[in-house]
Amino acid sequence: MEKAIITVIGKDMRGIIAEVSTLLAENDVNILDITQTTMQDLFTMIMFCDITENRLKLSELAKLLDDLGVRMGLSVRIQHEDIFNSMHRL
Amino acid sequence: MINPREIIETIKMISEENLDIRTITMGISLLDCSHERSETACVRIYDKITKYAQNLVSTGEDIEREYGIPIINKRISVTPISMIAESCNGADYVKIAETLDRAAAETGVNFIGGFSALVHKGYTNGDRRFIESIPYALAATERVCSSVNVASTKAGINMDAVRQMGGIVKQTAELTAHKGGIGCAKLVVFANAVEDNPFMAGAFHGVGEGECVINVGVSGPGVVKSALEAVKGQDFGVVAETIKKTAFKITRMGQLVAQEASKRLGVQFGIVDLSLAPTPAIGDSVAYILEEMGLEKCGTHGTTAALALLNDAVKKGGIMASSSVGGLSGAFIPVSEDAGMIEAAQSGALSLDKLEAMTCVCSVGLDMIAVPGDTSAETVAAIIADEAAIGVVNSKTTAVRLIPAPGAKVGDMIEFGGLLGRAPVMAVNRYSSSGFIRRGGRIPAPMHSLRN
Repeated sequence: MEKAIITVIGKDMRGIIAEVSTLLAENDVNILDITQTTMQDLFTMIMFCDITENRLKLSELAKLLDDLGVRMGLSVRIQHEDIFNSMHRL
Repeated sequence: MINPREIIETIKMISEENLDIRTITMGISLLDCSHERSETACVRIYDKITKYAQNLVSTGEDIEREYGIPIINKRISVTPISMIAESCNGADYVKIAETLDRAAAETGVNFIGGFSALVHKGYTNGDRRFIESIPYALAATERVCSSVNVASTKAGINMDAVRQMGGIVKQTAELTAHKGGIGCAKLVVFANAVEDNPFMAGAFHGVGEGECVINVGVSGPGVVKSALEAVKGQDFGVVAETIKKTAFKITRMGQLVAQEASKRLGVQFGIVDLSLAPTPAIGDSVAYILEEMGLEKCGTHGTTAALALLNDAVKKGGIMASSSVGGLSGAFIPVSEDAGMIEAAQSGALSLDKLEAMTCVCSVGLDMIAVPGDTSAETVAAIIADEAAIGVVNSKTTAVRLIPAPGAKVGDMIEFGGLLGRAPVMAVNRYSSSGFIRRGGRIPAPMHSLRN
């Protein structure tokens, strides 16, 4: 399974999860887990996703999520999990 | 599974502390592009570079988006052009430089390195003509970077080349005087140049390298500074450990990007260069790391010791994070590209002499330093000789990238823009070295060059 991690950071508001998960569903990305917390007054949501069946290239999906973030005034990013594994796991 | 704290740590490094991959550099051998007709050699050079590097920039951008890590530069290094042009009858070196420039523009890279010559022991006939062309080549091109290796631990210091390079640096400044002497920002004089350096302006694809390789340079002074803020006042054991852990994380990211780029481009993975390379952006400074260790200003007493610790800990932390470490690997101290160094030089805390001492313990040399426009060619050459001596005796790479900015005086500010930053003009010693430089010949290799 190929996984990616989506992080949403910014001011909390209604519909964040709905917007992000709709976009993911439309592109056949399966959400495996969601955690949500407030760090330094900022809403932080982390989604673990399965991108094996993803319709788009990861870079294209990254662009869509980035655009969504701009519309909602949040930072929304998707990153292949390898970047976190390489940094934090031997 | 990765936990949220680790995810946020990585994102914070990238978004707040300027962590990035500084460069993906594709090294391309041009050894098969020689031809007795200069025009034919140019066609071969252009075709080969544009074929091999056609997907370099787009692949770099894809990796950037997929992993969410900025890759600031995509660049190309080639076999030293002096070797390729040696067999051309009446080689037009400036035409070759323009060919490299066009190939760089076509592939979308911002710099191409390798307009270079290796003359640490002596000159071939071609080398001499080649070096004479450097100022014209740099004035006629935008993206071409040049370097000349004038010394090595094995061979000693070619003082004829040192003397010539003093004049070449001056001439390059004069020919690009309308842009503050920017040509000199693309000209490096080396001792013990390495063959797999991914960083400009000194990158070239060494003759011991394969057909085509991918070398990656990491960065992240801001991340190290921020990690040190968390251990304020603690002893040097803690400081060294903190830097090592941070360097490990940074380098692992470099290794991932290097492997991914190499796989996607179908090109051999060369090395990861474990360097802390500053940029003019606030918070991306090596000087600030040294100041974080407890120095009021970079350049004051204690700076050399602080830099030695930093340089060593970066290597120790990085070495296990990559399967193949190379290049220059260490902390860079380019003055114009480091906000903290600029402030230190402006406030008088940091002098050229102190910078020279610092180069004994870090990865490169006197880098991106503006000196007064009336600095003589002999003085520039003598500065090169001092730096080469440090490299040769300590078996390390040293380099000089000085900008004798035409018309500029001590205290003036030279603006280069972009990654090259802005350089405060620093004072040089006012006494002459010309009798020393005029001698010529070769300073013999040190005793410890005889290791066999």
